[in-house]
Formats: sequence, structure tokens, C-alpha cells
Amino acid sequence: MSLNKLNIRDINSGLVEKKFSATEVLEDCLAVIKSKDKELNSFVLVTEEEARVQAKVVDDKIAGGEKIGALEGVPAGLKDIFNTKGIQTTCCSKFLKGFKPPYNATVVERLNSAGMVMVGKLNMDEFACGGSTEHSCFGVTKNPHDLERVAGGSSGGSAAALASDMCVYSMGTDTGGSVRQPASFCGVYGMKPTYGRVSRSGVTAMASSWDVVGPFTRTVEDMAYVMNVIAGKDKYDSTTLDVEVPDYLGFLGGDVKGLKVGLPKEYFGEGVDDETCEVVKKAASKLEAMGAEIINVSLSKTKYAVAVYYVTMPAELSANLERFDGIRYGVPTSQEYSDTVDYYYKTRGEGFGDEIKRRIMIGTYVLSAGYYDAYYKKGQQVRTLIIEDFDNAFKKVDVLLTPVSPFPAFKVGELADNPLAMYMADALTIPASAAGLPAMSCPFGTSKNGLPIGVQIIAPHWQEGRIMNVAKALESF
Amino acid sequence: MLTEKEVRHVAKLARLGLSDEEVERFKVHMNGVLEYVEVLQELDTTGVELTAQVTGLKNVMREDEIDNQKCTREELLATSEMPVDSSQIRVKRTI
Repeated sequence: MSLNKLNIRDINSGLVEKKFSATEVLEDCLAVIKSKDKELNSFVLVTEEEARVQAKVVDDKIAGGEKIGALEGVPAGLKDIFNTKGIQTTCCSKFLKGFKPPYNATVVERLNSAGMVMVGKLNMDEFACGGSTEHSCFGVTKNPHDLERVAGGSSGGSAAALASDMCVYSMGTDTGGSVRQPASFCGVYGMKPTYGRVSRSGVTAMASSWDVVGPFTRTVEDMAYVMNVIAGKDKYDSTTLDVEVPDYLGFLGGDVKGLKVGLPKEYFGEGVDDETCEVVKKAASKLEAMGAEIINVSLSKTKYAVAVYYVTMPAELSANLERFDGIRYGVPTSQEYSDTVDYYYKTRGEGFGDEIKRRIMIGTYVLSAGYYDAYYKKGQQVRTLIIEDFDNAFKKVDVLLTPVSPFPAFKVGELADNPLAMYMADALTIPASAAGLPAMSCPFGTSKNGLPIGVQIIAPHWQEGRIMNVAKALESF
Repeated sequence: MLTEKEVRHVAKLARLGLSDEEVERFKVHMNGVLEYVEVLQELDTTGVELTAQVTGLKNVMREDEIDNQKCTREELLATSEMPVDSSQIRVKRTI
């Protein structure tokens, strides 16, 4: 029996009924990692021994007659951007080689308290910058559906490992689409919660007004279980809000009768594959057949979102990555240096990869004297217009249904020499991020050459539950 | 269009040591991105508020207290690869 393929509820009941042990579930995950991950390269670190200890704790608890929670003994993988105490955390940058954080990210603390068995750290684009996991110092992660293609990014390892059943759920981060796009490419669920819904304490910052933490799961119900544990205010992240967290398991009825579903026409335009559009329209028809009302809407500022993102994100990133200076964090330069400023140049020049340098340069430029108004200020104003677009749409509809990525997984190297083309791949995920809205990628179809295609459900702030309800309706396609 | 000189100046501001090859390459990429984001100028944003954050939070205050619950000063200092001396990180003289 492949216990690693079971959903969270079945693992829990199997453990409680002593049909199998947490150790056996873990060993099934480790066996797949051993046999398959050489070619996929989704894990950058497998924490086998620590995981065995965590699994045994759960098994001992069960043997001792204690009650266990839903996530206890369930194996998970974490993007290598989450601080794990005493366990190497690199953001897949050679700059952070050997870095062992002195504390856990809040999300890791919460998952640990809920009994997570952490199988390891997952591959990503360096400092979460990229849409293909090709910008990792550990090498590219391959797509389990086609090894010539990318798994997406930046949380590519999290999506590929889960899609290959190397863990039962995984965690990622999403700034402009870094959970949703790899989820779509690999055929799993990926949630970008409302901005401020999940703590980012202990998660390396990229663009602070955009970054969120989000889970990957194989079922909608699993998503509810994980969100139940990680959502909510954290005193260590002042951008989390004290908004009530509902029990997400209460949103899995899948009843969409009377629900108003908006199809924004700008998401089906030029550059979006016909196949991808067809999959979303099929999802709309299915919801309509179940009693939902499909309404055509317009989000006229959609085409400006990528430009807003590529002004404001590098600006915030360039400020956040100042801390990687070879003094507080980072591997010092191996060259001789004359003074501290020279040390910065050499250390940062050696430590950061190409895409990071490119973004630091853009960010520094748009924030520099004389250019702030033309770029950063303008970007933040247009961001306001994008938010108003969504506000108006949500006066007419309950959720929006769109493609996730304009196309399915592309080939390794296909967009490598063209940064702008790579940026355009995020055109349909960036707008919801600009407005801080919750959005989820749900697997719904496949391309003619067998690649997964996801659909994106976007809802107003704090309505992750509503998204899960719609996703549940679409789950049995 | 950004010139090579301007690119070098930005790299200096960012304390980022770049090779000549990188300066040349990033010049092309930066100009591509800056040209692309010109699209924002199509929109009239006179009087439009700036969005710095998206959930309506105003200033978030807390007591100014040291919280050692997550880790100690020594553990934090240990994350530096530079020598630590009297609870401070030792660097070469700056001025």
C-alpha cells in the first residue's frame, strides 16, 4: 500500500485505527524520494533522521492511547525559504550556504505543534525570484509530468515533490504567483491566502507588500486542514490581522447554487493559449450546470499589473536584500578587500545570482533620486486603480474564475534568455497579488500533450473559505 | 536609455560588485524592463492615492520590549560568519 498517496483524513483515521504507523507513512515518502528525486531535484535537503524522530513521537503517542490531531504524523515538505531551527535554510542561494537559523518561522512552529513530520527542504528560485526554479543554486526542478519541462516557480520544488507523492502537503510562498503557477504546472492545489492571513515571521522577505505564505495540497479538504493550522494573527508579524479564522472544513459542501461567478474578459486575451481558455470555460460550464450564474466582467487595468509589479517588487526587494551583506548574513568574499564598502561590493557581487542582481539593480534605480515619482510612485498609484477594478467586480460577482498561467509548463531553458517573457508568465497571477486577494490554483484539465492546466479562483479579502467551496464543486471533474 | 555609466552608478548605490560583462548585460535587461513599464504612463493618475499596503492597516504599535523568546543574542550573532567580539561583529574599519 502506498501510504504516501493517502489524503490527510485517511492518514489520520488509519493512524487512529492502528492500521499503519506514522513511521510507515514517512518511509513510503522517503522511498519515493530515493527512487525519483534524482531526476526531479525537488528536495535540496532531506531531513530523514529528524523526520523519523518526529514520526516516532506520534507513534508513541498513539501507542500510549493519546488523542492526535489531523496533521499529526503527516509528512510535509517546506520551501527552503522557511526558517527551520538548526536546519540549513538557504533560499537556494549560494550566498546562504551553511546558514542554520536560530529560530523557526511561525508557520513552522504552528505546523510542528500540530505534529508535522518534516521530510525536508524544497527547491526554489533563488530568494523566490523567478517562475521556473531554474534560478536555484541547486539546479532546476523538473516537472514530474514531463522531465523536459520546468515545474514552475518560484516554489517549484514544493509543487513537484507533492505531485510525485514525496510528501502529503507542502509549503511555499507567493509574491506574484509563486504558489499558484507551479501548482498549475504540476497539477496540484496551491493557495495564495489573503495578504496578512498567514504569518511571514521567519520567512525571508522578497517584496513585503506582496509576499504571502501558502500551502500546496492534493485535495481541497487537505487545503482546509492545513489552512486551519497556519492562518491567524501572529505577534511576530505586524502585518497579520486579527480577523476571525473560520473552520475551513465547514466550506467543503461544494454547493454553488446561486453563486455569481465572474469571467474577466482580459484574462482570456492575447497571449493566453486556446487550450488554457477552454479549460477555464469548461470549469465555468460545470459550475453553471451546478446552479451557479456565470457573468462576464471586465478588469480593464489587468494589462498594467505586470508593470506595477516590476516597478514596486524590485524596489521592495532591493531594500529587503540589503541585510545580505556578508556581515549579518551571507558567505564572505574569498577575495582580498580594502575596506568595508569594498567588502560589500565583492561579497554581494559573488553571493547573489543573476536574477537577484538584475532585480536589485532595477529596484535601486527606481528608488533613486529623481526617478521615484516616475516609477515607484506611479506604480503605487496604478496599483490603487487595479484594486478599484477588483472592488467594482466584486460588487457584481462572488468569485472570479480565470486561467492561472497563460500556458502550461514550458521547457527547461525556453525562457531563460528572455527575462521579460518570463515576467509575462505571471501576468494572470500578479493582479490578485496587487490587491492582496486570496486566490487558489485548482487542477482542472490537461493539454493535448498531457500537461496539467489549473484554473484560478479569486475571492474578496478573507474569503478563502468561499474559494474552497467553489474548488470543491470543481474537484470531481 | 540607461548608459553604462548610469548602470555602474546604480551598482555602486546598491553595493553590488558587477563584472564588465554583467554591466553590459544588465544594461540591456534594465532598459528592456524600463521601456516595458512605460505603459504605466498611459494612465492618468492625478489625485490617485498611493497603495503601500492592501488590508487597511494603520500604524501597528507594540510595547518597546526585548523579546528573547525566539532566540538569544548569542544565537543571533552566531549567524554571522565574521568574528564576534564583545557581543559585536568585528569588521574592517569603515572611516
